[in-house]
Amino acid sequence: MATPFLPLIQGGAPLREDRVRQLMTRENAIRWAPLLVLIGLIILFTAINPAFLSQRNFARIAIAASPALMVAIGVTFIIVMGSIDLSMEGTVGLTAVLFCFVFLATGGTLAAGAWVAIPVILLVGALIGLVNGLVHVKLRIPSFMASLAIGFVGTGAAVLITGGDIVKIDDDTFRALLTWRIAGFPLMVYVVAAMTVLAWFIQSHTTLGRNFYAVGGGEELAHASGLNVRRVRIMGFVLAGVFYAVAGILQVAKLGQAESVSGANFMFISITSVVVGGVALWGGIGGIWNTVVGVLIVNVINNGMVVIGLPNYLQDGMLGLLVIVAVVLSTDRRSISFVK
Amino acid sequence: MYQLKAVDKKFPGVHALKAVDFQIKRGEIVGLVGENGAGKSTLMKVIYGAYQPDGGTVTIDGKAVRFQNPRQAMEKGIGMVFQEQSLIPNLTVMENIFLGYERQFVRLGVINWKAMSEAAKKQLAKVKLDIDPATVTSALSFAQRQLVELAKVLTLEERVDGDLVILLDEPTSVLAEDEVKMLFTIVRDLTKRASFIFVSHRMDEVMELSDRIYVMKDGAVVDVVARGAATAEQIQQKMVGRSVDQEYYREQRQKPYDAAKVLLEMDSVSLPGRIKDISLKLHAGEVLCLVGTEGAGREAILRTTYGMRTPVSGKLKIKGNAVSGFNPQAAVAAGVGYVPRERKIEGIVAGMNVYENMTLSQMGRYSRAGVLNVAAEKALARDWIGKLSIKAHSEYADCGNLSGGNQQKVVLSKWRSGGSDIMLLDHPTRGLDIGAKEDVYEMIRDMSDDGVGVILVADTLEEAIGLSHTIIVLKDGAIQQRFECRPGAKPTLYDLLHYMI
Ligand SMILES: Nc1ncnc2c1ncn2[C@@H]1O[C@H](COP(=O)(O)OP(=O)(O)OP(=O)(O)O)[C@@H](O)[C@H]1O
Ligand SMILES: [Mg+2]
Repeated sequence: MATPFLPLIQGGAPLREDRVRQLMTRENAIRWAPLLVLIGLIILFTAINPAFLSQRNFARIAIAASPALMVAIGVTFIIVMGSIDLSMEGTVGLTAVLFCFVFLATGGTLAAGAWVAIPVILLVGALIGLVNGLVHVKLRIPSFMASLAIGFVGTGAAVLITGGDIVKIDDDTFRALLTWRIAGFPLMVYVVAAMTVLAWFIQSHTTLGRNFYAVGGGEELAHASGLNVRRVRIMGFVLAGVFYAVAGILQVAKLGQAESVSGANFMFISITSVVVGGVALWGGIGGIWNTVVGVLIVNVINNGMVVIGLPNYLQDGMLGLLVIVAVVLSTDRRSISFVK
Repeated sequence: MYQLKAVDKKFPGVHALKAVDFQIKRGEIVGLVGENGAGKSTLMKVIYGAYQPDGGTVTIDGKAVRFQNPRQAMEKGIGMVFQEQSLIPNLTVMENIFLGYERQFVRLGVINWKAMSEAAKKQLAKVKLDIDPATVTSALSFAQRQLVELAKVLTLEERVDGDLVILLDEPTSVLAEDEVKMLFTIVRDLTKRASFIFVSHRMDEVMELSDRIYVMKDGAVVDVVARGAATAEQIQQKMVGRSVDQEYYREQRQKPYDAAKVLLEMDSVSLPGRIKDISLKLHAGEVLCLVGTEGAGREAILRTTYGMRTPVSGKLKIKGNAVSGFNPQAAVAAGVGYVPRERKIEGIVAGMNVYENMTLSQMGRYSRAGVLNVAAEKALARDWIGKLSIKAHSEYADCGNLSGGNQQKVVLSKWRSGGSDIMLLDHPTRGLDIGAKEDVYEMIRDMSDDGVGVILVADTLEEAIGLSHTIIVLKDGAIQQRFECRPGAKPTLYDLLHYMI
């Protein structure tokens, strides 16, 4: 498993000179490339408009990135296993809508017991993931097909429940996630930070996380080592589902409302981020920190274009272009002979 | 003709080639020997253009060349047969042979399969392999795949006008004795057209085939020996840096096994097309060797025991419990460990580091409530890196970057440290240098002392005889004969061969 951003602690030659040489190898260049791309982008946008480099703008980026990061982390687990999960839009939409309903049904304010909605929705996310995993593993349907289908079912269910309407929540205690700021950043950013640390812990300190890498790095070998590969796969989808549910809840906190399309756009943003961050789509390589950097790159590009005043109609095309440039700069495409 | 001067290659934390001088003349067979991790494969990869040297020069007929990739090297007539299998398993044999060079068979954008098949047949004939070129590669045995790889490289004969250099990195490690003989005949035949570089850990083979032998140690060439100028022992001493124990197989440490304690029992187990009516018992402390030719059913017995295949009839008992609906997971839980032959696919996960690979089959022992004790894992890895002198810069080293032999050592420590008491070893010493082989033999004796039962498929017949308490000779999936092998009263090679063919 790669510990992407920790090359310094990797043991090796004790000699100073060797150390320096070791730091300049191609492997390390690849490992640090996404971070360098991020820094480069920040410098670029700041040069064009110094207002970019302000605490307020960074808070804005952080808020925009928060739900996306949760989705991207969820899908990272799956991609590390060498599978893909495309159910995020449906799952985020459905959990966001259901969250509003449960929240309103249990009192409409956190103080009055509506906090129950949070664990309930996390459970719903896990359930959707479980269905996803079971369909993929038990029916032996490729993960992208299974998850894409489940995603559509989720969106459909959300439409059915809302009847196409918007559900609003205006509970001050819940909206504190957005409004209550510590050191200039709203509470939800800290929640996301905590979830990210949790995800990192799962990735590098639990058997489950290790198993994801084993399955992604060599499924046959994992099987031959006595791992229950099918269970690992299902657990991966469950875990991803939970993170999508967190994103659903944060999406409601951010906008104060939910509708069936609350999850729109997350598929492109999250998978792009994961790739830009340097997680290999064929599995086994990269991890949470790559994804964090990837999400930041995509959001910095998004935000930067607004700050430098690019016309609206150019932004989408520009994002696409910059993403390709970022992928070119930040991922190691030399080792891949075939790009699928 | 082909020459390397002061070639250097560094990897993070490893100086893999140190100012290596190397040359090969027209029609010559050059042997290359050295310990695991000495840099043999790296040298081959530099020659073949897969790695670019950090320093030094490469010249062909006096002209300096620099290959950016293997294809450029191939255009200059340099071809490589890989140590690890490199054919694409889901393609057919002919597709693999002409991979990247299909153009010659294309008419108006359509591949003429018949022409390709004809051409493939011609290549296969060069290695005397009589199979249908349309066979899917994964259906072939390891030995057959090795020959297909050679056939693939031999397509250079038609494509390149100049001299050929063909690199063979441990081509014999998966071959049976008669296949090795045939390969040698083919290679000698081909010296009219090509030069060869031949890497092997089997000293007798290297000495038999090579005109000159380069001896490598720690990334440097320490000696070049002409044919007949040194004995095997002298060469081994040069590469290991010490003399090698005469008592190679540790026979003096072979103690009688515990006949009262049956670990594993097979009762007329059959798998159609692979094994029939196999009955055997494995006792605590016993080393049971399965002997036979390729396809005689040795691997099928191991895989059945490990739950990777389900027998159609017959009973399998592990420690007295009849097993049904067996799978590797249940096998591991029952204390069975399996060191497979094909380590690239089933041995190590490239991309995972040493300690992660070692604990893969025993994560339960290194975790509590799903949370890993990484410190303990690392300690385990450091311990085994020391015990088996695994050449890795640290426990963080990516196993995919270790040399072939060192990967094998990681696989062995993975299962040995896992506390399994039924060990299935398929060619455990494949690709290991002599020093490491000794370590493995020592390890097998240790396991016997600990009451572990071992089923072994050995690399050579000598190894089988030297190590085992019991030998079972298989032919066409059936047991031919059973030999007791008490120290001092072991069967001879001839005894075994008699029942094998
Ligand atoms: N891509 C790589 N990255 C980092 N280190 C490498 C890489 N390839 C090889 N090495 C290191 O270079 C050294 C030489 O390896 P090499 O594969 O050439 O050994 P070898 O002589 O072929 O050994 P064996 O007999 O075990 O196959 C080893 O220490 C190995 O770990
Ligand atoms: Mg090698």
